[in-house]
Amino acid sequence: MDAIILQILNGLDKGSAYALIALGLTLIFGTLGVVNFAHGALFMIGAFCAVTLQKLMGLSFEQVDPTQKDFLGNPLKVQVPYVESWFGHDIGAAIIDWSVPLAILLAIPVMVAIGFAMERGLIKHFYKRSHAEQILVTFGLAIVMQEVIKYFFGANPIQTGAPEAFTGSFDFGALLGFSPDVIIYPYWRMVYFLFAVLVIGAVFVFLQFTTFGMVVRAGMVDRDTVSLLGININRRFTIMFAIAAVVAGVAGVMYAPILSPSFHMGMDFLVLSFVVVVVGGMGSLPGAVLAGFVLGILQSFASMNEVKAIIPGIDQIIIYLVAIVILLTRPRGLLGRKGVMED
Amino acid sequence: MTRLSRQDSLFLLLVVFLTLATPILLQPFPEGSSLAQFNAGYPDLMQRFAIYGIFAMGFNILFGLTGYLSFGHAAFLGVGSYSVVWMYKLLGFNVVPGLILAVITSGIFALLIGYISLRRSGIYFSILTLAFAQMSYNLAYSVFTPLTNGETGLQVYGKDPQYLMGPNSPNSPHFFGLAMIDSVKLHLAGWEFTFNIGYYFTAVIAIIAFYIALRIFRSPFGLMLRAIKTNRTRLDYSGVNTRPYMLTAFVISGMYAGLAGGLLAAMDPLAGAERMQWTASGEVVLMTILGGAGTLMGPILGAGFIKYFENIFSKINESVLHDWFGWLPHGVQDFVVAVINPFVGEGWHLTLGLIFVLVVVFLPGGIMEGFQRIWKAFGRKSVDSSAQTELNPAE
Repeated sequence: MDAIILQILNGLDKGSAYALIALGLTLIFGTLGVVNFAHGALFMIGAFCAVTLQKLMGLSFEQVDPTQKDFLGNPLKVQVPYVESWFGHDIGAAIIDWSVPLAILLAIPVMVAIGFAMERGLIKHFYKRSHAEQILVTFGLAIVMQEVIKYFFGANPIQTGAPEAFTGSFDFGALLGFSPDVIIYPYWRMVYFLFAVLVIGAVFVFLQFTTFGMVVRAGMVDRDTVSLLGININRRFTIMFAIAAVVAGVAGVMYAPILSPSFHMGMDFLVLSFVVVVVGGMGSLPGAVLAGFVLGILQSFASMNEVKAIIPGIDQIIIYLVAIVILLTRPRGLLGRKGVMED
Repeated sequence: MTRLSRQDSLFLLLVVFLTLATPILLQPFPEGSSLAQFNAGYPDLMQRFAIYGIFAMGFNILFGLTGYLSFGHAAFLGVGSYSVVWMYKLLGFNVVPGLILAVITSGIFALLIGYISLRRSGIYFSILTLAFAQMSYNLAYSVFTPLTNGETGLQVYGKDPQYLMGPNSPNSPHFFGLAMIDSVKLHLAGWEFTFNIGYYFTAVIAIIAFYIALRIFRSPFGLMLRAIKTNRTRLDYSGVNTRPYMLTAFVISGMYAGLAGGLLAAMDPLAGAERMQWTASGEVVLMTILGGAGTLMGPILGAGFIKYFENIFSKINESVLHDWFGWLPHGVQDFVVAVINPFVGEGWHLTLGLIFVLVVVFLPGGIMEGFQRIWKAFGRKSVDSSAQTELNPAE
């Protein structure tokens, strides 16, 4: 029992990342009808927003500290981050410590800008072209983004720490009455899960309960009729693209402490997220979220030793296996809408 | 069997000539000159041109003719490599049994994957092939370690049986005694040409593969595949069962990939799982699109282009750039070098990505469409010849 709870918990954070990326992919596909292979790169850029902010915060100058002496008896020179000198020692240190969550504030404008530029500059011209061509052009774009990041940040993963307060682990078992130290779960992963739920909830509320969201949903069902009613649906879809980019970006920011960002992390996630989208059903937002969590949890169950003993290697292929079975038995995926990409 | 048309025969002769003369054609700059680093006439690279040409040619039979975008062709490449290395281990270093096995196993593999994947089309087909390839890749790394030697990669060890190994057989891949690594060097007034046995072996196979592809393109079977690309629904309604045609195309293209993988192992007797990773599948997609999908010559050009970039362009570094722009005033020189530097050397992938995006946006037909446009703009001789180019795009 405790092992099962532990695996469910372990699956949640990975599942959250899949769900967030898949949500963005589905938003783009459902509105613009574009298959965006560069979405993983957006996730990666988000993670590098966290890296950038942490580096910027770490910028420091040298200062002579009269209260301290080095081993020769001379006054010690210490590195003082600019942030600390501007805001005072305590607040400055807190800002540096919390740079990853703060990077969300940096990521939002950056992702909005990238999203707008991408949509207006490139994707716009591909509405009417085949899915294969959309895949190809966004794939090329993903390579470009990846290489730009690699040029500035190098090829090695860059460790990015979570705030001090979240570095420990939470003893989940003790809470549920199991013996202590059986089910322990890092705080930051829990934060990530809650954050993902929050973002997903916000997107759904936005689509469900605002006029803007209502128009977008109407456009997803029948674009032409909405345009005929005199609504500039393309502009709204562009905004949705930017929102999808922001969702991927903030998902990346918060994931940075879990997985040290490297330039190819986006591609690794993209392949899995596409599988997630297809399993959930192209164009279905609840499907994408559901499939994200289900696959994340299935993956962590498959990596249990007990399961691996029965079917060796299952942990490596479970997601793809599930995808193949789903695609062959349920042409629309788990929750796909009727008539959307069924062939 | 019908004869090739006059135009096609000429085309085939041209390809044969270009392939056989590659060691000379790709060595345009004399040894020791500052441009000598652009020479691509060394055996390793030339073999890669031919091998990836075969790979892209095979991919093109599927994608170019039927429009089904497979993101899992690297799996067949890997299977081919593993087959050949296993034959080295069991029988000896002769490449022939290995290559035959590579084509057969990859064909069987393609039959299985294709049978399942072709139940769906469009993006679902892409995802299914991708899923199968990633499964093969992950399994090659983990559970199939006895077959694939996991992360180390499969290679020949001294304790392997090698039953057909005679006392005088070469101790490296060979074709009935002709070692692949042997080559003849010819010095000619400053130029150095290398005629390598491995290259010529690969080249002959590539020519045969090209001939087969040409026949497929011109056959009723090829016509049927094009019809599937144009409108599959209509074919279904007119009572044609398209699936056997699709499956045949998929298997043929898988066999091409297996052959290419086998030849990679013939060049260098190693096989690693990373050949099966989806990035390798992405690479062949890039090659085919860049050259021009659906044309005979395009994928080969695309493969050559990318491999040339990978090997030559990536060698340019900052000091080479400073050499080139040495004639500029100092400040301007630094500026120009700083601007160009991110795009060469390590950053050649960036250039590749940019070129690829531009090609997809402006030249959906790839390099071949570019040639065709230039041809139309300048070389229009008579109405008749332009009409012919319309009918047979890009040849």
